[in-house]
Parts: sequence; structure tokens; C-alpha cells
Amino acid sequence: MNTKQTSKFSHSNASIMNRSTESLANPEELLVVKNLSVSFIQYAKGLKQLNLEVICDLNVSVNSGEIVAIVGSSGSGKSLLAHAILGILPTNAKVTGTIRYQGQALTTERQKVFRGREISLIPQSVNYLDPLMKVGEQVQNTIRTKDAKQLQQQVFERYHLSKEAGLLYPFQLSGGMARRVLVATAVSGGAKLIIADEPTPGLHPEVVAETLAHLKELANQGCGVMMITHDIEAAMKIADRIAVFYAGTTVEVAPIEDFKEGGEALRHPYTRALWMALPENDFKPIPGFQPTPTDLPPGCLFEPRCHLRTAECQCKKPEMQDLRGGQVRCIHAT
Amino acid sequence: MRLEAKNIGFGYHQNSWIFKHISLAVESGEIVALTGNSGCGKTTLAKVLAGYEKPREGRVELNGKANTFAGYNPVQMIFQHPEKSVNPRWRIRDTVNEGWPVDRELLHRLGIEEAWMNRWPNELSGGELQRFCVARALSPNTQFIIADEMTTMLDAITQAQIWEVVLDLVKQRNMGMIIVSHEEKLIKRICDRVIDLEAVLNNCEGEIKNLDLKPDGLLVSQLE
Ligand SMILES: Nc1ncnc2c1ncn2[C@@H]1O[C@H](COP(=O)(O)OP(=O)(O)O)[C@@H](O)[C@H]1O
Ligand code: SF4
Ligand SMILES: [Mg+2]
Repeated sequence: MNTKQTSKFSHSNASIMNRSTESLANPEELLVVKNLSVSFIQYAKGLKQLNLEVICDLNVSVNSGEIVAIVGSSGSGKSLLAHAILGILPTNAKVTGTIRYQGQALTTERQKVFRGREISLIPQSVNYLDPLMKVGEQVQNTIRTKDAKQLQQQVFERYHLSKEAGLLYPFQLSGGMARRVLVATAVSGGAKLIIADEPTPGLHPEVVAETLAHLKELANQGCGVMMITHDIEAAMKIADRIAVFYAGTTVEVAPIEDFKEGGEALRHPYTRALWMALPENDFKPIPGFQPTPTDLPPGCLFEPRCHLRTAECQCKKPEMQDLRGGQVRCIHAT
Repeated sequence: MRLEAKNIGFGYHQNSWIFKHISLAVESGEIVALTGNSGCGKTTLAKVLAGYEKPREGRVELNGKANTFAGYNPVQMIFQHPEKSVNPRWRIRDTVNEGWPVDRELLHRLGIEEAWMNRWPNELSGGELQRFCVARALSPNTQFIIADEMTTMLDAITQAQIWEVVLDLVKQRNMGMIIVSHEEKLIKRICDRVIDLEAVLNNCEGEIKNLDLKPDGLLVSQLE
């Protein structure tokens, strides 16, 4: 499978490096998430209201033609970010900050218009499809125009799915076929922004390569792709930039090259720890756990586990700052 | 100790087979990877080896005797989705101690906090819950561990945390281990040899019954 970088992408990386977070709207900029916070209101005993902040001050952007990987451990807020963009958060969620799509605020109304069409989710598994509907019909339902059937057949052909495959129910699909159906369903409505949620875990290497090649191809055609994953390896194969999440916030955004060069170019101690823990590197963990939203440390969220911490790190949460063509949230990063 | 499958066959439905004529053996102290495309039957084979499913043909033996599975099963399995392998209506404490009274030192080494013991499974993250499933499987009576994509759903640091403890114990107690995984880098790092089930099923159809039962009989590739 061809997943090699094209020159187009090294070019777009260069333009990212020269841009500060505060610059004016860039024509390539498809999605910009700024200072996003998501909290859940919970009622404890005696009607006491608890505000559980699960995403705090999160910043990330995706350009047209670009793949941005979002990596981080489970519970770091990756899926909630996707749900916030798609407008499918539970009703007791409170959202602050801004999400802009094509230069305009992504309001609830616009989310409704775009969801499943321009802004599309490739879900983690076929469990997200309707189990009682043949997969071909499901794709036609997404398209919703008169020539839906014809378009469905075209998109199936594009992903090497036979006519017969359209007549299968989700549970009848094999691993590789299931991934193709999920991609076909997601792109059939003319997607411009694709959010792929954990597209690779537990798949055979060939299927992983094929899935990644599909994402790369979509980006080459101009789509912006947000790939949510905990698999740094997969991200390294196709992404242009990687955004690293920890305890509900972005701790680093780095061009992909920084993950390829021995890890020294990485800016945040958590990112370095992730990189070092890979089986091909040290395969050694760092002590401790990601803090839960109920007891977050007062200063830097990574402070309890950080070997570089100083007294200052406990005082206040570090701001995201530009550094060496990426961004980092650490007061001691160099 | 030796865990051995002798010419086993299995299918979920009458007249259909997931696999047939499979023979393989794993010795104490060995770490063997089981790979193959998704759906080819790795999990099913693992379950038969661990005694969760009965083979339709052939025998699974532990040191030359049929595994009776009376009491604590010396062949323990750890699954990819911990939330599916614990009873959602039991508090963690009860799930963990179901098989054996798990010792505090092991819990501590796995990074399990005492407070988690009183929680319900849905109040823990996948990484936290998987640590309990690992603890539950590592009794002093465990001889073989079959880990079916044990860390596939976890981030690199959590993976490394769990593997560090498991590999230490496997070595210290000279257990045998089968890991079902697709991750080449992980396999290279920890395994002694690899069995590619799909290759076995494809290449050897019809003649696989004659494979000899030496551990190397099913070797598809040897890691350096
Ligand atoms: N309980 C079950 N009933 C019927 N078929 C099953 C059951 N469990 C698994 N299968 C089928 O058995 C085959 C092998 O499954 P599995 O052992 O889970 O493969 P793998 O672990 O390689 O993904 C698949 O085709 C699967 O659909
Ligand atoms: S701000 Fe301090 S504690 Fe936080 S990552 Fe940087 S050095 Fe570590
Ligand atoms: Mg499986």
C-alpha cells in the first residue's frame, strides 16, 4: 500500500511552521478549535451541582488536504472533541470556546446541516451502523438524493466493494471489508472534513495499511482529516501533524518529522514519555496515572508525573506557546 | 510444563469448521505470538486452548494429561476488551478475588489504587480495568497465560506498564505465554517465535494433520 508522503504535504507543513496561533484566517484552514472546554453538570447528593470539566482549553486546527492525528491515552478527551465538532455531545454537556469551520462559527444549525455530509465521522467499528439494514441501503440513506443508488454503487466501486457486498448486513462483514464500508459510508455525502475515530486497533497489518492509504488518498483529494488514535505508529505513517492530548487538554502539537528523529525534537515531557514507551524504543513506562477530572492538579496537569517539574509548575496551568515550529504547554520546554 | 493441542478441530455450527487439524505446543518459559488476519480464528483457538470451548476433534493437554479445569484454571486468558470480561454487576473487589485472593504487592505493582476496589466496572477506564483482569489471571497457580490483544486498546505508556509487570512474572515463575497480536514491533520485542494461524490454515489444508508435534512443528517464522 502506498502511504508515502507527497511533496504537497511537506510544503503544507512548512506553512504551518511559519504561522503563529494568533494569525488571521488562513484560506487553507478548514477547522479551528480554540480554547474549547467541555464540562458535565452532575447532581450530587442534596441537589448539589457539580461541574466536571473534562476538556479544558483545548486548541487544534485542521487544514484542507492535511491529516492531523490526535493521540493520547483513553480518557484524555479525544472522542469528546470529535463529538463536540459533530454536535453530538450529551445534553448535560456545557461547551465554551469556539469551533470555526471554513472561517465561520460552527453553530448547532450548521452542525446539523453538515453532519454526515461535509463533516463526517468514520466510526470505530461496524457497531455504529444500523445492524438491521443492508450496508448498501445505509449508504444510500446518507446520500439522500435521487441518484443515491447510482452514487452508492460508484462509491462502493471506488473502495473495491462488490455489488453483493452492498446486500450484506454489518455483522456479515469481515475485518477489511468492514473498514472499507465504514470509509465508503463516511465519504458518500461529499465529505470535506473527516473525523476517523480509532481506525486501526486490532487490525491485521494489511488492513491497517489499506485503511491508512484510504485516509491519505482523501487528504490528497483535498479533505481535511482528523485521525483520533492511541497508535503513534499508525499516526506516524500518514499524519502531517500530531496533537497530543493529556487529561483533557492539548499539551503539544508537533510536525510529524519530530516523531521520526529519535524523539529529541519533541517538546513536552509527556510526549517524550509516550514515544519512549513504544516497544521499538525503551518499552519502559513512567510512574503514575493521568489525573481524573474530579481531582486535577492545580498547576500543570502533568506535574505529578513529570521528572522536570519545579515548584513553579504547581502554581498555574502553563499556556500553549509556539516553539520550534510546533506548540507546547510547558514552562520549561526548550 | 507443556500446553499442547493435538490435532484439534473446532466450529461454532454443525458442519462448519473454524479450523481443523491444528497441532501445536508451548513450553514453560516460552513466549509465542499467534497472528493472522482478523476473523481467521485466533480468539477461537485461544479459547479452545484455555478450555473455554471444547474442541470438536482432538485434545488439549497440559503436561500430557487432559486439562480438567477443576478449580483455578492453570491456563488463564486475558481479553482485548476488559469491560466484556468482568461482571458489570459485581464490584471490582469481588471480580478480582473471584479466582484467588490477589495479593497487595501485585496490585501495587500494576498501579492499582486501593480506592478502585470499591468501584463498579463502568467507573473505571479501559486501562484501569485491564489491570484488574491481568491481576486476576496471575495467580501463583497460573502456568500458562493466553493474552488476546491484551493491550491493543491502550496507549503506549499504559501498554508498557502492564507488559513490564507481566513479563517480569512470566520470567520469574517460568510460565509459558501465548500472545495474540498484530503488532510487529511488540512481537519482535518480546516473543520467542510466531505462529501465523492464517498461513497454517491456508498452506497446509489437507496435510496439516501430519504435522509433527514438536513445538517447532507449526513454526512459520523464527525471530532473531
Ligand atoms: N460465538 C460465536 N458464534 C458464532 N460465530 C462466532 C462466534 N465467535 C466467533 N465467531 C466467528 O468465528 C470466526 C473466528 O472468530 P475469532 O476467533 O473471533 O477470530 P479472530 O480472533 O481471529 O478475530 C469469525 O468468523 C467469527 O465471526
Ligand atoms: S510545566 Fe513543569 S511539570 Fe509541566 S510538563 Fe513542563 S516541566 Fe513538567
Ligand atoms: Mg480476535
